[in-house]
Amino acid sequence: MAGVTLDTVRKIYAGNVEAVKGVSLGIEDGSFCVLVGPSGCGKSTLLRMIAGLETISGGDIKIGDRVVNQVEPADRDIAMVFQNYALYPHMSVYDNMAYGLKNRKTPKDEIDKRVKEAARILAIEPFLDRKPRALSGGQRQRVAMGRAIVRKPQVFLFDEPLSNLDAKLRVQMRVEIKRLQKALGVTSVYVTHDQVEAMTLSDKLVVMSGGQIEQVGTPSEVYRRPETRFVATFIGSPPMNILPGKVEGPGRVSVGGQTIAVTDMRDGLTPGSAIEVGLRPEDVQAGGGAGSSSIAMDVDFVEELGATQLFHGKVAGTEFVVQASTGQIAADTRKLTLSIDPANVHLFDPQTTKRLGRD
Amino acid sequence: MEKRAHFSGWTLPLLLILPQMAITVIFFYLPASQAIWQSFLREDAFGLASEFVGFENYIALFEQPEYYRAMITTVIFSTLVAFFSMSIALLLATQADKSIRLAHGFKTLLIWPYAVAPAIAGVLWMFMFHPTLGTLGRPLNVMGFNWNPMLDGTDAMILLVFSATWKHISYNFLFFLAGLQAIPKSVIEAGAIDGAGPLRRFWTIIFPLLSPTTFFLLVVTIVYVFFETFGIIDAVTGGGPAGTTTTLVYKVYADGRSGGDLGLSAAQSVVLMVIVISLTAIQFRYVERKVQY
Repeated sequence: MAGVTLDTVRKIYAGNVEAVKGVSLGIEDGSFCVLVGPSGCGKSTLLRMIAGLETISGGDIKIGDRVVNQVEPADRDIAMVFQNYALYPHMSVYDNMAYGLKNRKTPKDEIDKRVKEAARILAIEPFLDRKPRALSGGQRQRVAMGRAIVRKPQVFLFDEPLSNLDAKLRVQMRVEIKRLQKALGVTSVYVTHDQVEAMTLSDKLVVMSGGQIEQVGTPSEVYRRPETRFVATFIGSPPMNILPGKVEGPGRVSVGGQTIAVTDMRDGLTPGSAIEVGLRPEDVQAGGGAGSSSIAMDVDFVEELGATQLFHGKVAGTEFVVQASTGQIAADTRKLTLSIDPANVHLFDPQTTKRLGRD
Repeated sequence: MEKRAHFSGWTLPLLLILPQMAITVIFFYLPASQAIWQSFLREDAFGLASEFVGFENYIALFEQPEYYRAMITTVIFSTLVAFFSMSIALLLATQADKSIRLAHGFKTLLIWPYAVAPAIAGVLWMFMFHPTLGTLGRPLNVMGFNWNPMLDGTDAMILLVFSATWKHISYNFLFFLAGLQAIPKSVIEAGAIDGAGPLRRFWTIIFPLLSPTTFFLLVVTIVYVFFETFGIIDAVTGGGPAGTTTTLVYKVYADGRSGGDLGLSAAQSVVLMVIVISLTAIQFRYVERKVQY
C-alpha cells in the first residue's frame, strides 16, 4: 500500500488553458479521498494525471515515495474504474479480469485463484463466461471493480464510476464500494460531481473549483465550517442560503435591518461594511427561540419531499429556502418568523468569498 | 427509437423505390438474365445466327486449361492485393488516428487515389515502371535488375498488384479509420493501465474490436479485385504477357469481345456471378453471427 502526494501539480493544455492550477494534496495510505466539484473544475484531469493518462505540465506526483511523473500507467501499480466501465467488449468477464494479470505474466493458477476470489467478493461468479454486453449496468460496474481488485494495486482510482447507474443502484453500489475499500484497505482516489456520494464515501473530502482546491477536510469539517462561499453552496442539499448583510459590531450582523447574532465571526471587521451571511436551510427554525436571533420570511411556495418540506420565499428581498420536518410548519403559511442559532451562521467576504470566521 | 416510416397508402412508397428498382432491373437483372440465356447459346462469329446448345459452353469452359490458369491468377492477384491494401491501410489508419499535427491534411491526401479512374491509375504506374521510359523502371534496369513487365509475367503481376493496391488503400483506410475512431478511448486506456504495451494493446484489444470492419473490407476488396481491376489490367498488361495476368473477369472480356465467343464469355460471367453472390452471402451471415463482440 502507498499514499499519494501531489506537489503543486499543474496541467496546461494547448492554447494555454490551465485546467489544474498548482494543486498540492497529501492522501494518506489506506484512506478514501474524494475529489468533488462541478464539471470542468479539473478533478478528472487531476485523477487522469495520477493514473498517467495525462502528462503533467508542472509539479510532482508521488505514489508512495516514488515520483511517477515519467512512469507509464502500467508501471504505476494503480487500477482505475472508468465512468463507462471500459470493459473489453470481446472478452468474457473472466478474461476481462485476467487481462491485467496475464500482461504481468502472473502464473495461470494464481490468476485463476485471484479472479475467482474477486468474483466471489463481488457476487459475479455466475457471469464469468459471459461477454460484457450480456450484463446489466450494475453487473458491468462490478466487473470493472473486479478488474481493479484482482491486480492488488497500491492505489484505486475511480472516475465517476456510478454516474451511469440509476438512482437506486447508485446508492447500493456506493455502499459496496465503501465496504470493499474498508475491507481491502487500499488507498483510493474517487472523482465525482455528486456531493452526496462525496460526503458519504470520503475520509478526506477535497472540494475543487476552477482548477484549484477550495477546501480539504473530513466531510463533517467541510459541512460545518466551509472555508469559501463556493464550498458552502456546493456541499449540502438544498444549498446554503446566502444573504447580503452588513457588519453591525463584534458578533453582530444585520440583514435588511434585522440583527443576527453570530458566534464564529472574525474580530476587527469595520461596522457598516458589506458581508455575506450564510444560513443552511436545515439550520433555521420557525418561531422564536431563547438565545436566537429572528428574521422574517415571505413564503412563495412549498416543495414536498415526504419526510421534510422545503419552504421557498424571500428574506429581505433575497431568495431563501427553509427545510422543516413535515407538519412542523403549516403548509399554507405565508409569513414566517425564523429563529437562528448564532452558532449556525456562516460569514463570507463579498469580495474574496473567503470565510470571515475566527482564526 | 422507431426508425420505420409509416405510409398511409401504397402509391408514395412505390414511387420512392421505383428509381432504385429501375436501376437494379435495367443494369443488373436484365443483363444478368441475358447472360444466363446467352450462356446456353452458340452464336456464329458474325452474330447472325444462334442455336441452343445446353451446357456445352460450360463443359467447354471447364475443359480449358486457360480457365484454370485464370482462376489461379485471380486467386494470387486478389490475395496479394487484399493483403497489401488492407495491411498498409490499417497501418496508415492507426497512425492517422493518433492526434498528430496536420492529421487532417494527411487524411485528405490519403483519400485522393480513390478518385483516380482505374485505367488512369494503371497507365500512371505503367509509365513509372516502363523498362526504358519509366522514372522508376529505368533505374531498376540500370541497377542491374532485369525488370520488364512487358515480357516477364511475374514483373507484370507485381506491377498490377502495385497499381491495384495503391488505388484501393484509400478505401480501406477510410473504413479502418472510422472503425478505429469508434473504439472507446477509455477501453484502450484501461488496457494501458492493465499493463499492455502499445503493440500488445493493438493485437489483443484494437485488432479484435476491428474484426467486423476487417471482414467487411476483405469481402469488398476481393470483389474489387475481381471486377474493378479490369481497367487497370486492360491498360497495363492487356492480360499478357502470354496470358499470365489474365484474371477471370479479363478472360470474360477477352473471350467475348476479342475472341468473339459470346456463349463462352456468358458462361464465365455466370460462374463469376455465382462466386460473388456466394461471397456476399457468406459475408452477411458471418458478419451477423461471428464477428460481433
